[in-house]
Amino acid sequence: MPTVLAVVHYADWFVFVVASVVVLAGGLGVVLARHPVHSALFLIQTLFGVAVLFVAQQAHFLAAVQVIVYAGAIVVLFLFVIMLLGVDRRENVEAEPLKGQRPTAILLGIIGLAEIVGLGRSSGWVTGALSTGGPLDGPGSNVEKLGRSLFSTYLLAFEITSVLLVIAVVGAVVLARRPMHLSREEQIEADAELVAEEADLAAEEAASERLERESAKR
Amino acid sequence: MSVPAAWYLTVAAVLFTIGAVGLLVRRNVLVMFMCVELMLNAVNLTFVTFARALNDVNGQSLVFFVLVVAAAEVVVGLGIIVAIFRRRTGATADDLHILKG
Repeated sequence: MPTVLAVVHYADWFVFVVASVVVLAGGLGVVLARHPVHSALFLIQTLFGVAVLFVAQQAHFLAAVQVIVYAGAIVVLFLFVIMLLGVDRRENVEAEPLKGQRPTAILLGIIGLAEIVGLGRSSGWVTGALSTGGPLDGPGSNVEKLGRSLFSTYLLAFEITSVLLVIAVVGAVVLARRPMHLSREEQIEADAELVAEEADLAAEEAASERLERESAKR
Repeated sequence: MSVPAAWYLTVAAVLFTIGAVGLLVRRNVLVMFMCVELMLNAVNLTFVTFARALNDVNGQSLVFFVLVVAAAEVVVGLGIIVAIFRRRTGATADDLHILKG
Protein backbone atom coordinates (compact mmCIF):
# COMPACT_ATOMS: atom_id res chain seq x y z
CA MET A 1 0.00 0.00 0.00
CA PRO A 2 2.32 2.76 -1.19
CA THR A 3 -0.22 5.60 -0.87
CA VAL A 4 -0.85 4.90 2.81
CA LEU A 5 2.89 4.71 3.39
CA ALA A 6 3.34 8.02 1.59
CA VAL A 7 0.66 9.65 3.75
CA VAL A 8 2.30 8.34 6.93
CA HIS A 9 5.66 9.44 5.59
CA TYR A 10 4.49 12.98 5.04
CA ALA A 11 2.15 13.28 8.03
CA ASP A 12 4.72 15.25 10.03
CA TRP A 13 5.24 17.65 7.17
CA PHE A 14 1.51 18.02 6.69
CA VAL A 15 0.96 18.88 10.37
CA PHE A 16 3.91 21.25 10.35
CA VAL A 17 2.82 23.14 7.25
CA VAL A 18 -0.81 23.49 8.35
CA ALA A 19 0.14 24.59 11.88
CA SER A 20 2.73 27.04 10.56
CA VAL A 21 0.22 28.62 8.21
CA VAL A 22 -2.23 28.93 11.13
CA VAL A 23 0.46 30.48 13.34
CA LEU A 24 1.73 32.99 10.82
CA ALA A 25 -1.73 33.96 9.57
CA GLY A 26 -2.78 34.53 13.18
CA GLY A 27 0.30 36.63 13.83
CA LEU A 28 -0.38 38.79 10.80
CA GLY A 29 -4.00 39.05 11.91
CA VAL A 30 -2.98 40.34 15.34
CA VAL A 31 -0.91 43.08 13.73
CA LEU A 32 -3.27 43.99 10.89
CA ALA A 33 -6.71 43.77 12.56
CA ARG A 34 -8.14 47.21 13.28
CA HIS A 35 -10.36 46.10 16.12
CA PRO A 36 -8.58 45.04 19.36
CA VAL A 37 -11.10 42.23 19.92
CA HIS A 38 -10.25 40.78 16.50
CA SER A 39 -6.56 41.01 17.40
CA ALA A 40 -7.24 39.01 20.57
CA LEU A 41 -9.10 36.33 18.60
CA PHE A 42 -6.25 36.12 16.08
CA LEU A 43 -3.90 35.78 19.05
CA ILE A 44 -5.88 32.71 20.18
CA GLN A 45 -5.46 31.25 16.69
CA THR A 46 -1.69 31.76 16.89
CA LEU A 47 -1.52 30.22 20.36
CA PHE A 48 -3.40 27.12 19.22
CA GLY A 49 -1.09 26.76 16.22
CA VAL A 50 1.95 27.00 18.48
CA ALA A 51 0.38 24.35 20.74
CA VAL A 52 0.06 22.06 17.70
CA LEU A 53 3.73 22.66 16.87
CA PHE A 54 4.56 21.77 20.50
CA VAL A 55 2.68 18.48 20.19
CA ALA A 56 4.46 17.75 16.93
CA GLN A 57 7.74 18.04 18.86
CA GLN A 58 6.72 15.80 21.78
CA ALA A 59 6.16 18.68 24.23
CA HIS A 60 2.76 17.41 25.31
CA PHE A 61 2.62 19.02 28.73
CA LEU A 62 3.67 22.41 27.40
CA ALA A 63 1.04 22.21 24.67
CA ALA A 64 -1.65 21.65 27.30
CA VAL A 65 -0.30 24.48 29.45
CA GLN A 66 -0.13 26.71 26.40
CA VAL A 67 -3.82 26.22 25.67
CA ILE A 68 -4.94 26.47 29.31
CA VAL A 69 -2.80 29.39 30.45
CA TYR A 70 -2.43 31.42 27.28
CA ALA A 71 -5.63 30.82 25.35
CA GLY A 72 -7.67 30.22 28.48
CA ALA A 73 -6.42 32.85 30.89
CA ILE A 74 -4.24 35.49 29.27
CA VAL A 75 -6.43 36.18 26.25
CA VAL A 76 -9.51 36.25 28.48
CA LEU A 77 -7.69 38.85 30.58
CA PHE A 78 -7.03 40.86 27.42
CA LEU A 79 -10.69 40.66 26.44
CA PHE A 80 -11.75 41.69 29.95
CA VAL A 81 -9.57 44.78 29.78
CA ILE A 82 -10.85 45.63 26.30
CA MET A 83 -14.44 45.41 27.55
CA LEU A 84 -13.67 47.20 30.82
CA LEU A 85 -11.95 50.16 29.23
CA GLY A 86 -14.42 50.50 26.40
CA VAL A 87 -11.60 50.79 23.91
CA ASP A 88 -13.37 48.50 21.50
CA ARG A 89 -13.76 51.23 18.93
CA ARG A 90 -11.78 51.16 15.75
CA GLU A 91 -8.36 52.72 15.73
CA ASN A 92 -7.58 55.32 13.11
CA VAL A 93 -4.96 53.22 11.35
CA GLU A 94 -4.22 55.77 8.65
CA ALA A 95 -3.04 58.42 11.11
CA GLU A 96 0.73 58.36 11.28
CA PRO A 97 2.08 60.67 13.98
CA LEU A 98 5.71 60.00 13.14
CA LYS A 99 6.32 60.30 9.41
CA GLY A 100 8.06 57.36 7.81
CA GLN A 101 8.05 55.27 10.95
CA ARG A 102 6.04 52.39 9.52
CA PRO A 103 8.10 51.76 6.39
CA THR A 104 11.24 52.03 8.49
CA ALA A 105 9.87 49.51 11.02
CA ILE A 106 8.91 47.04 8.29
CA LEU A 107 12.26 47.44 6.56
CA LEU A 108 14.16 46.92 9.82
CA GLY A 109 12.00 43.87 10.58
CA ILE A 110 12.82 42.30 7.22
CA ILE A 111 16.52 43.03 7.74
CA GLY A 112 16.38 41.49 11.23
CA LEU A 113 14.62 38.38 9.91
CA ALA A 114 17.20 38.01 7.15
CA GLU A 115 19.96 38.29 9.74
CA ILE A 116 18.45 35.64 12.02
CA VAL A 117 17.85 33.19 9.17
CA GLY A 118 21.27 33.90 7.67
CA LEU A 119 23.01 33.32 10.99
CA GLY A 120 21.06 30.12 11.50
CA ARG A 121 21.94 28.83 8.05
CA SER A 122 25.62 29.67 8.36
CA SER A 123 25.91 28.07 11.81
CA GLY A 124 24.03 24.89 10.96
CA TRP A 125 20.97 25.92 13.08
CA VAL A 126 21.47 23.61 16.07
CA THR A 127 24.82 23.30 17.83
CA GLY A 128 25.71 22.29 21.36
CA ALA A 129 26.13 19.31 23.65
CA LEU A 130 23.45 16.63 23.66
CA SER A 131 21.27 15.94 26.73
CA THR A 132 23.17 17.96 29.31
CA GLY A 133 20.05 18.40 31.41
CA GLY A 134 18.72 14.90 30.94
CA PRO A 135 17.47 13.08 27.86
CA LEU A 136 14.07 13.85 26.42
CA ASP A 137 13.51 10.44 24.82
CA GLY A 138 13.69 7.09 26.55
CA PRO A 139 11.24 5.54 29.02
CA GLY A 140 8.69 7.59 30.90
CA SER A 141 6.23 10.25 29.81
CA ASN A 142 6.99 13.86 28.91
CA VAL A 143 5.22 15.10 32.04
CA GLU A 144 7.34 12.86 34.25
CA LYS A 145 10.63 14.08 32.79
CA LEU A 146 9.59 17.73 32.96
CA GLY A 147 8.39 17.27 36.54
CA ARG A 148 11.67 15.63 37.58
CA SER A 149 13.61 18.48 35.99
CA LEU A 150 11.47 21.19 37.59
CA PHE A 151 11.44 19.67 41.07
CA SER A 152 15.11 18.72 41.24
CA THR A 153 17.36 20.86 39.02
CA TYR A 154 15.13 23.91 38.99
CA LEU A 155 13.55 23.61 42.43
CA LEU A 156 14.81 27.00 43.66
CA ALA A 157 13.75 28.74 40.46
CA PHE A 158 10.37 27.05 40.71
CA GLU A 159 9.87 28.36 44.24
CA ILE A 160 10.93 31.84 43.17
CA THR A 161 8.26 31.82 40.46
CA SER A 162 5.65 31.41 43.20
CA VAL A 163 7.03 34.56 44.86
CA LEU A 164 6.89 36.30 41.48
CA LEU A 165 3.24 35.33 41.03
CA VAL A 166 2.35 36.64 44.49
CA ILE A 167 4.11 39.92 43.70
CA ALA A 168 2.23 40.16 40.40
CA VAL A 169 -1.13 39.57 42.09
CA VAL A 170 -0.43 42.17 44.80
CA GLY A 171 0.82 44.63 42.18
CA ALA A 172 -2.26 44.16 40.02
CA VAL A 173 -4.55 44.71 43.01
CA VAL A 174 -2.69 47.87 44.06
CA LEU A 175 -2.66 49.24 40.52
CA ALA A 176 -6.27 48.52 39.70
CA ARG A 177 -8.00 49.62 42.90
CA ARG A 178 -9.44 53.08 43.31
CA PRO A 179 -7.93 55.25 46.06
CA MET A 180 -10.02 54.33 49.09
CA HIS A 181 -8.30 56.50 51.70
CA LEU A 182 -9.84 59.71 50.38
CA SER A 183 -12.88 61.08 52.15
CA ARG A 184 -16.01 61.84 50.18
CA GLU A 185 -15.24 65.56 49.73
CA GLU A 186 -11.69 64.86 48.68
CA GLN A 187 -12.97 62.29 46.24
CA ILE A 188 -15.34 64.81 44.66
CA GLU A 189 -12.51 67.35 44.49
CA ALA A 190 -10.18 64.85 42.85
CA ASP A 191 -12.86 63.90 40.36
CA ALA A 192 -13.44 67.55 39.50
CA GLU A 193 -9.71 68.03 38.99
CA LEU A 194 -9.60 65.03 36.70
CA VAL A 195 -12.57 66.30 34.73
CA ALA A 196 -10.85 69.67 34.31
CA GLU A 197 -7.68 67.91 33.24
CA GLU A 198 -9.65 65.87 30.74
CA ALA A 199 -11.25 69.01 29.34
CA ASP A 200 -7.81 70.59 28.98
CA LEU A 201 -6.56 67.51 27.18
CA ALA A 202 -9.58 67.44 24.90
CA ALA A 203 -9.12 71.10 24.05
CA GLU A 204 -5.44 70.52 23.38
CA GLU A 205 -6.25 67.55 21.16
CA ALA A 206 -8.85 69.53 19.24
CA ALA A 207 -6.33 72.31 18.74
CA SER A 208 -3.65 69.93 17.50
CA GLU A 209 -6.17 68.24 15.21
CA ARG A 210 -7.15 71.62 13.79
CA LEU A 211 -3.48 72.40 13.25
CA GLU A 212 -2.99 69.07 11.50
CA ARG A 213 -5.98 69.69 9.27
CA GLU A 214 -4.75 73.15 8.39
CA SER A 215 -1.28 71.88 7.60
CA ALA A 216 -2.81 69.10 5.50
CA LYS A 217 -4.80 71.69 3.57
CA ARG A 218 -1.66 73.63 2.84
CA MET B 1 10.31 11.37 8.69
CA SER B 2 10.23 14.26 11.11
CA VAL B 3 10.54 17.86 10.04
CA PRO B 4 14.08 19.26 10.50
CA ALA B 5 14.64 21.77 13.28
CA ALA B 6 15.64 24.45 10.75
CA TRP B 7 12.05 24.75 9.52
CA TYR B 8 10.66 25.20 13.00
CA LEU B 9 13.32 27.79 13.79
CA THR B 10 12.50 29.68 10.60
CA VAL B 11 8.80 29.77 11.46
CA ALA B 12 9.70 31.00 14.96
CA ALA B 13 11.93 33.71 13.47
CA VAL B 14 9.15 34.87 11.16
CA LEU B 15 6.66 34.93 14.05
CA PHE B 16 9.13 36.93 16.15
CA THR B 17 9.59 39.43 13.33
CA ILE B 18 5.83 39.83 12.92
CA GLY B 19 5.55 40.54 16.64
CA ALA B 20 8.44 43.01 16.66
CA VAL B 21 7.19 44.92 13.62
CA GLY B 22 3.68 44.94 15.07
CA LEU B 23 5.00 46.40 18.32
CA LEU B 24 6.64 49.22 16.36
CA VAL B 25 3.78 49.85 13.96
CA ARG B 26 0.64 49.68 16.09
CA ARG B 27 -0.41 52.49 18.43
CA ASN B 28 -3.07 50.73 20.46
CA VAL B 29 -1.46 49.74 23.77
CA LEU B 30 -3.39 46.47 24.05
CA VAL B 31 -2.42 45.37 20.55
CA MET B 32 1.20 46.26 21.32
CA PHE B 33 0.94 44.00 24.35
CA MET B 34 -0.42 41.18 22.18
CA CYS B 35 2.56 41.63 19.88
CA VAL B 36 4.84 41.09 22.89
CA GLU B 37 2.98 37.83 23.50
CA LEU B 38 3.64 36.85 19.88
CA MET B 39 7.37 37.36 20.39
CA LEU B 40 7.32 35.33 23.62
CA ASN B 41 5.56 32.51 21.80
CA ALA B 42 8.14 32.58 19.02
CA VAL B 43 10.92 32.21 21.60
CA ASN B 44 9.02 29.36 23.30
CA LEU B 45 8.78 27.58 19.97
CA THR B 46 12.54 28.00 19.54
CA PHE B 47 13.18 26.53 22.99
CA VAL B 48 10.99 23.51 22.31
CA THR B 49 12.66 22.96 18.95
CA PHE B 50 16.13 23.06 20.51
CA ALA B 51 14.95 20.69 23.24
CA ARG B 52 13.90 18.19 20.58
CA ALA B 53 16.95 18.67 18.40
CA LEU B 54 19.43 18.35 21.28
CA ASN B 55 17.36 15.70 23.10
CA ASP B 56 17.47 17.82 26.23
CA VAL B 57 14.73 18.41 28.81
CA ASN B 58 16.16 21.81 29.83
CA GLY B 59 14.58 23.56 26.85
CA GLN B 60 11.10 22.51 27.91
CA SER B 61 11.76 23.50 31.54
CA LEU B 62 12.75 26.97 30.37
CA VAL B 63 9.52 27.29 28.39
CA PHE B 64 7.65 26.58 31.60
CA PHE B 65 9.37 29.51 33.31
CA VAL B 66 8.77 31.77 30.32
CA LEU B 67 5.06 30.94 30.57
CA VAL B 68 4.99 31.88 34.26
CA VAL B 69 6.84 35.15 33.71
CA ALA B 70 4.61 35.98 30.73
CA ALA B 71 1.51 35.47 32.85
CA ALA B 72 2.87 37.73 35.62
CA GLU B 73 3.92 40.34 33.08
CA VAL B 74 0.48 40.40 31.46
CA VAL B 75 -1.24 40.81 34.83
CA VAL B 76 0.92 43.76 35.87
CA GLY B 77 0.94 45.33 32.40
CA LEU B 78 -2.82 45.19 32.06
CA GLY B 79 -3.13 46.62 35.58
CA ILE B 80 -1.01 49.58 34.52
CA ILE B 81 -3.03 50.02 31.33
CA VAL B 82 -6.29 49.96 33.31
CA ALA B 83 -4.89 52.48 35.81
CA ILE B 84 -3.82 54.85 33.03
CA PHE B 85 -6.79 54.55 30.72
CA ARG B 86 -9.60 54.25 33.24
CA ARG B 87 -10.74 57.81 32.60
CA ARG B 88 -9.94 58.06 28.92
CA THR B 89 -11.69 56.75 25.87
CA GLY B 90 -8.79 56.04 23.54
CA ALA B 91 -5.99 53.65 24.32
CA THR B 92 -3.26 54.68 21.93
CA ALA B 93 0.30 55.12 23.10
CA ASP B 94 0.38 58.63 21.61
CA ASP B 95 -2.13 59.82 24.22
CA LEU B 96 0.50 59.33 26.92
CA HIS B 97 2.22 62.66 26.41
CA ILE B 98 1.62 64.22 29.82
CA LEU B 99 5.29 63.81 30.74
CA LYS B 100 6.35 65.55 27.52
CA GLY B 101 8.65 68.47 28.30
